[in-house]
Order: sequence, then C-alpha cells, then structure tokens
Amino acid sequence: MPPQDNLNLLDRKLVFVTGKGGVGKTSVTAALGLLAAERGKKTLLCEVDSKGNLSDFFETGPTHFEEREVQPNLWAMSMDTEASLKQYLTLQLKLGLMARIGPLARMFDFVATAAPGVKEIVTVGKLCWEVRERHYDLVVVDAAPTGHIVGQLAAPQAINGLIQVGPVRQQTGWMLEILGDPAMTGVAIVTTPEEMPVNETIELQGRIKAETNVALAAVIINRVLPELFGRGEEEVFEQLGDREVLDMLEGEVGGPVAPLLDGARMAVTLRRTRTEHLDRLRERIEPGIPLLYLPYLFARSHGLRSTRQLAEALSAELGF
Amino acid sequence: MAEAENPTSLESLLAAKEIAIFCGSGGVGKTTTAAAAAAMAAVKLGGKVLVLTVDPAKRLANALGLQGFGNVETRVPTSAFKAAGQPHPRGELWAAMLDTKQSWDNLVRRHAPDPATVARILENPLYQNISGRFVQSHEYIAMERLYELHSEGNFDLIVVDTPPTRNALDFIEAPERMAEFFSSRFLRLLIVPYRSRVVNLASRPFYQVADRILGSQFLQDIAEFFILFQTMYAGFVERSQAVARLLRDKRTTFVVVTTLEAAPVHEAEFFIDVLTTKKFHLDALVLNKVLPSYFNDEVASTRAAVLVDRAPELAAKVAGVIGAEPAQIERVLTEVGESFSNFGVVAQREAAQRAALSKSPAVVAAVPYFETDIYDLEGLLRLAERFWT
Repeated sequence: MPPQDNLNLLDRKLVFVTGKGGVGKTSVTAALGLLAAERGKKTLLCEVDSKGNLSDFFETGPTHFEEREVQPNLWAMSMDTEASLKQYLTLQLKLGLMARIGPLARMFDFVATAAPGVKEIVTVGKLCWEVRERHYDLVVVDAAPTGHIVGQLAAPQAINGLIQVGPVRQQTGWMLEILGDPAMTGVAIVTTPEEMPVNETIELQGRIKAETNVALAAVIINRVLPELFGRGEEEVFEQLGDREVLDMLEGEVGGPVAPLLDGARMAVTLRRTRTEHLDRLRERIEPGIPLLYLPYLFARSHGLRSTRQLAEALSAELGF
Repeated sequence: MAEAENPTSLESLLAAKEIAIFCGSGGVGKTTTAAAAAAMAAVKLGGKVLVLTVDPAKRLANALGLQGFGNVETRVPTSAFKAAGQPHPRGELWAAMLDTKQSWDNLVRRHAPDPATVARILENPLYQNISGRFVQSHEYIAMERLYELHSEGNFDLIVVDTPPTRNALDFIEAPERMAEFFSSRFLRLLIVPYRSRVVNLASRPFYQVADRILGSQFLQDIAEFFILFQTMYAGFVERSQAVARLLRDKRTTFVVVTTLEAAPVHEAEFFIDVLTTKKFHLDALVLNKVLPSYFNDEVASTRAAVLVDRAPELAAKVAGVIGAEPAQIERVLTEVGESFSNFGVVAQREAAQRAALSKSPAVVAAVPYFETDIYDLEGLLRLAERFWT
C-alpha cells in the first residue's frame, strides 16, 4: 500500500531503516532520529544489528538495552533479545519469576537457534510494544540489512504459522496490527546511487510487498555527489586541458595542474555513472513512494557534526 | 603446486592455495573482488578455478554477465574471455551460487538412514523454515558446500565470497557451532518427553516454562524435527568437524577486503584480530575503492586553493586563450579547485584509517576507486590487475 502523500515519514510511529551493507544505514537512522527529536518528537533509536556504532554518530559511549538520552529528546538503545524476552515475561505475561530462572538464557538461545523467527519476534515485539505503550512519539530502527529485513518484518506471520496456541501466538495479533497500519509503521530503504545497492532496493521493494504486511514509506538515496558543471561548463573544463591553457595555469599557480583536472574528471565520471543508477531507481520505485536525496558529505569524520549535516539535508527533503 | 613460503602478491598466494575465502563487511566490494581474483587466476595461473558466491542477492551473476545460475557449477564461456580481450586464458573459470535450500536437502539425503526418514525430514515444517529462511543456516551451509566442492576434487582453486552475516565471522564458527548444537544437552532434554512420555520431576519446570511460552504443539514439532535429525547426528557432526578442519587447513587462505571508511575498517580490524588469534591462515588484505593518491598531495591541495582564490583573475587570462565567457571559466575553475579540496578531505580521512590498520597480513593491496561500474569479465580483469601483483 503506498503511503498517502500528506503523510510525512516522521509522522509515523515506527520506522524501520534498512539498506544494503555499507550504504550508510546507521548514519541515516541517526540523522532521522536527531531531526525528529529537534522537531519536538520524543524519539527512540534502536540498533538491532549490534555492530555497536550507532553511538559513534552522537559521540556518546556504547548503547545498551536500557535506553538512554543521547541528545535532548532523543533516546538510544541496542537490541538484546534475551533482555527483551525477560522484559516481555515480566511486564506482559507477569511471569517475572520465570524470567529469573537460571537456564532461561541458555534455553532461549537454544530454542531461538532451533526455531527461526523466535529472535526476530522478540525484537519486533519489543519495538511494537514501545509503540503500543506510547513511551515515544517515534521509534526509528536501525534494522537488519536488505538480505535479512524481510525475515525480521515477516516474523509475526512466520510465528503465526508455526505456533498454534500459547501466549506467543496471542502476541502476534496486535503486532501485526501495528506493523500493518501504514499510518503507523513504515520501512525506509537507504541506498546509494550505485549498481548493487539500487538492485537490492528494487528487489526489496518487491519482497516487502509480497512477503510482509509493512508499507514501504520512503527510499533514501544517500551520498549523492554534487554536479560540478552546468550547461556549457563541461566544454570549458575540457579546454582547460589544452596545452596552452595548462602551461599558462601552471605558471600562475606554480606547479602541475593536471592532477586537479584529473580529480575533477573523476568526480564528473563518478557522478555520471551514478546518475544512470538513479534513473533506473526512479523508474522502478512505485509512484507515490517519496525519494529523499542526501548529499555525499566531504567530512573529516563521521561524528555528531556529520549527523547534524545529514539531518539538515533530510529536513529540507522532507519539506520542513 | 609449489608452496610459496612468503607470498608477496595475491598471485603468488593464490598460486599456492586451493581455497581462498574473501571476507569483509557489506558494501566493500567483496563479491566483485572475489570474482575478479578468480577470473584473473583462471587467466594467469591456469587450471580449473571456481568462484562460489553465497550471497542470496545474486550479485555475482550480474558481475559475470550470467543469468540465474544455481547450485550447479557453470563454466564461464571462453567467448566471455575473448570479449574481455583474453582469448587464451590458461585455465577455466567456473561459477556457482549457493542455493541454501537445495544444499540442505542434499545434506539430508546424504546423511539420513533411509528414504522414509529423508521424506519425513523434508516435509517437517520446522525443517522447511530452517533450510529456507534461517539466517545462520546460510553460514553453515556455505562452508558445508565449500567442503563438498573441495572434496569432489574437480577444481584447482575455489574462491569463496562469504555471506553477509550479522557478525561477519559467524561463518567460520558455523561448523563448530552446528556440531555443538546437535550435541546439546538441551536438545536431549527437549526431546525426552516426546520420546518416552516420561518426564522426571527435576526437569518439569523446564517444560512448564517452554510450554507456557511456546505452546506444546510447537514444542512437539521441534521435538519431532530433532528426533528425525538425530538419525543423521553422527554423520552430521563428523561432517561439521571435517568442514571446520578444512577451514584451518594450510591450503586454505583468508583474504580480508575493506574500504577505508571508518565502519568497514573497524570491522576489518576485528576480522584480522579474530582470524589471527584463532590461527586461521590470514594472508592478504585488500583495500578497496581507495581514492587516487594525488588527492593526498599537499602541494596539489595548495594549488587547488590558489585556483579558487584567484579564480576571477585566472579566468580572465584563460578567456584570452580559449575565448569562452570569463564568468563561466571562473565557475569552472572554482568547481575544479573546490572539488579537489573536498576529495582531499576524504583522502586524508582514508589515509588516517589506513595508518590505523596496524596489524596487517603478509600481502596488502590497494585498489583504486573505479569511477565506472564493473559489470563484465573485462571489468573484473581490469580490477584484478590492480591488486594481482
């Protein structure tokens, strides 16, 4: 179901951010969270794939299952399936005693290894629960990459198919309601304008539709290179390489200018190659799905400064 | 093949090995690098070279211009080499993609005692889930398939592209973990009541918890699955141990691939550390998508700044030579200078990352950023030339 045009990405309650490895999924998640928090939404960021670098983007220490405030109004946590299960047993099933049983951890680990979907359901369950309890205005999830996200989002259905009775089964009902409501939950796919990330984005769009009940809310194109030359300027650029011009310039700046031209040529070619992939992406993403463009950051490091820059770019793209 | 004492290049390394496992975090160009190395090995070293990709996104198929090849090894046609300007490769290049489901089925067929058990396992809903979707099963089955291909003896060199895993080293531990899993005490505990219908008092709370959470039908499904699976236990554990041994064999080499972005470098350091500590044969590090070195030239950066600062004046002079609009030339000069400075910032960041990679394996190769995509054999070979010798 394509989202309504008037529904902003940040108006949802639960946003899963996914994408191929290496496209900047975590930095975009951080920027989304920062932007939402700055716009007055109490926001929770949850890192599901415990690479543990979400906190780098805020330059705070590592995150844990217990959420903590990393910026005003912005909270961060990292998923821990075992802790999540304990919380679930205690708060929802009122089985606090059971949560303290020693071998529970090992048993859980064992069952989770044996039964696909168990870890995923505990993860998705915790996130849905935060939404249902209205602890936050918005939960942004640094979710599994493109290869695994469908397994995560479809876990409630998978569990429904496997487990016929019992409290786990009962739990999947309300989760499916939250996940299936496009006004509440959405997936944002992060990509870069490169061949493989674009391929995976297109492929994932199809799989999300076919295998989950979650709506695709946006495609975020990260690391878009600036256009160096406008109309007619490229010809001028080519002429700079003429021997006569080059000699003159080299005399003026006091050394070889060719590397500077090579650098610009590389930037132009890179941008051009990427434009082809962008075109393909635009063609294949269903109409109505917003495409958000974020610039390549020529930043010294990937800390809070670049998170802020990315959040500003997102803000403009989201029409704020 | 003679064994290189101290490999000095990927060429000498791959010439001496039978298996090369390429690992690294997502998006660093691992699949392409592995395919490029295999293609180059086929051209330069000869013999039968297989590249095994285990990525469900079918990316290698794109890179090799092959459409939909599956679990079966397929030879890359000589015409593709001809088109790539290599009409006479010394060897053959083969490609195979891991089909997790099919590989699991084969495994069951091999180890189950009789056709009836095979049928029951294949029909079990839990098995279907595990073999189809279960993330960790990809990692195990990739290594299992590698073992199978290696033991069939049809290839001189097998180059493996590893699956994108949550913990990128899961796959090296997968065989050991599988063996552990199937000999688990909990597994035995879990299937006891369904086997004997007698639950002793001591273990009763365990079942009550499990029942309460998961429902007894589900537990029964699990139990049935494992009772069936136990018939394969001995063969399976033995096999996983053999797979684990192969990964540590000196004929097997590990190649870590990374870009010089902060997160992949961080992960690469972790790989290097774990592989070294656990005594796997880590012999090479490929630094991929590295910006051209001229961006690191401080004098060039100064010139770039001059170009921007003096753009109006320089533009007037250039206009005298080429006769274009001075304003337009000014913009172009400014863009050239600024772009250089921008990429210079990134290049310096990369240089710092590179310096931070302290513990390095014997072979380190830096591959420049390719501004155009690599989508055919020619591109793969062009890439490989940059890290091969």
